[in-house]
Amino acid sequence: MKKLDKKNMFTIIGIILFYVAIQSLFNIGILDSYMELNIILICINIILAVGLNLITGFTGQFSLGHAAFMSIGAYTSAVLTAKLGQPFFVGIILSGLVAALAGILIGIPTLRLKGDYLAIATLGFGEIVKILALNTDYIGGAIGFNDIPQYTNWTWAFGMTVLAVLFIRNFINSYKGRACIAIREDEIAAEAMGVNLTYYKVLAFAIGAFFAGIAGSLYANYFYFIKPDTFGFMKSIDILVIVVFGGLGSIQGSIVGAIVLSIVSTLLQSVADLRMIIYALVLFGIMMFRPTGLMGKQEFKGFKFKTIKKEVKAGDSIKGYESI
Amino acid sequence: MEQVFQQLINGISLGGIYALMALGYTMVYGIINLINFAHGDIYMVGAYVGFALTTFFNIGFLPALLISMAVTSLLGIIIEKIAYKPLRKSPRITALITAISISLLLQYTMMYFVGPQTRTFPEVLESKSLRFLNGNVILDIKNVYILAITLILMVALQFIVKKTKMGKAMRASSFDLEAAELMGVNVNKVISFTFAMGSALAGAAGVLVGIYYNTINPLMGSLPGLKAFVAAVLGGIGAIPGAVLGGFSLGLIETIVSANGGSVFKDAVAFLILILVLLIKPNGLLGKTVKEKV
Repeated sequence: MKKLDKKNMFTIIGIILFYVAIQSLFNIGILDSYMELNIILICINIILAVGLNLITGFTGQFSLGHAAFMSIGAYTSAVLTAKLGQPFFVGIILSGLVAALAGILIGIPTLRLKGDYLAIATLGFGEIVKILALNTDYIGGAIGFNDIPQYTNWTWAFGMTVLAVLFIRNFINSYKGRACIAIREDEIAAEAMGVNLTYYKVLAFAIGAFFAGIAGSLYANYFYFIKPDTFGFMKSIDILVIVVFGGLGSIQGSIVGAIVLSIVSTLLQSVADLRMIIYALVLFGIMMFRPTGLMGKQEFKGFKFKTIKKEVKAGDSIKGYESI
Repeated sequence: MEQVFQQLINGISLGGIYALMALGYTMVYGIINLINFAHGDIYMVGAYVGFALTTFFNIGFLPALLISMAVTSLLGIIIEKIAYKPLRKSPRITALITAISISLLLQYTMMYFVGPQTRTFPEVLESKSLRFLNGNVILDIKNVYILAITLILMVALQFIVKKTKMGKAMRASSFDLEAAELMGVNVNKVISFTFAMGSALAGAAGVLVGIYYNTINPLMGSLPGLKAFVAAVLGGIGAIPGAVLGGFSLGLIETIVSANGGSVFKDAVAFLILILVLLIKPNGLLGKTVKEKV
């Protein structure tokens, strides 16, 4: 298969042009540092949402502990860059790998559980990570981790976002990705067709955790300061809302969801009291009236293959789809 | 020795509260297979109703408890009708996310109206305490009240489930919802009734926690709610005696852990238990094994 055909070339050129356009807007000062903060937050949210979408939307494993992986990544990167003086590149890669390792370790036992039980177990895992972080003095405990060097900028954030989106998009359309989708559609049938359930669930979990770790690293090295409460249950819910809002099983949906909800959340900062009420109502409304999310297809069942078909058409960067 | 008795008293009081909440989880899960995430927040509403009644209306403890139970059971029915009933046929994940959204809605709506600050629950019971073993073990009158009310409510629940017609319908529905419907059981009524009872128990637990710890806040429900769910899983979800056993066990374990220097880790212990139970004995201590069908 040719790696660089015409469509791929266009995608790459489009990505580079977008990067250069935003970068030059920063350079000539149209976008100020407040805008930069919001744009980087959007990038972080996209990475988190795409990762969780792989776990929940494509593989069908309901995780309520995604923020825990972000926390692991953020602390790993903070320790590496602030305490051990490593360059950001090392911090970002290792925080992804450590988070992925945590994903594998927690995934192997808990992914035997189904649906609700898995949700509660991952929630419990998230709480355990938070409590451990709160009580470890080396990383600041409840006071938080201070003086993390600020390395994250538009280049890093955008690069990692593109990496996450392209990686997961290609993964979904690969042989392994189809196995994950088969698990979501029907576990027993997938197993009967020879799909190794544990392997693919843990694989999806590890990839999602890897990118959550990278997102955590970007976060830590942008805001100088992290504390365990930042990555609590509410953060996991925030990510879940983005994924559900955009559509479970739609990568474009996650991207749109991350952008829309990050902007909404910024606008609602002046009415912080109402923010969570509105969030809850949005979540409730989506589940009631459009359980497939923003980008989902119109049928009531959210988990249809059509969503993916549409995506590939719209994105056009992946070949080999015809072989399905 | 005194230490052990004191821990036992504290653990049983805490366990009684968990058990009351776990009953609601287990009954709802037994019938419609839904983790009612909003359960912990119904408990919070119960505590606030009790607080309002005793503080602003100067109502005595027992009437306040009963009114709170009535209000929360009504709230439970409303939530079921508005949020869960339309989604009864939809995928599990949809129902679960809806439950989370209802939970958030209750928490932050309450916070919007009463403010995020912690409030002090009035001393509605005369402070009296019994001392044993040279005064080293203190049995507060609150502990007695909590245990007595918990037991009375559990016996009442057991009576309703085992001896009344509605209880029979509930048991039939939890055994097989569709078959029960075919046999003429009004399933909608049964589900509403289950929510009403579970929520009333949660409301009672909320008031009891108010008098026990004296402080309430709008987010007080989320962590105890999750722990009560852990208790229900520990005892075997769907089994009513299991919820009681799980609640008391969890209360005791937590008290023992915090007494032995692990107070910062006491929240983690509950979740560790959950993960262990799910891995070793997913049906819980008293749950029955269910075969999976394609």
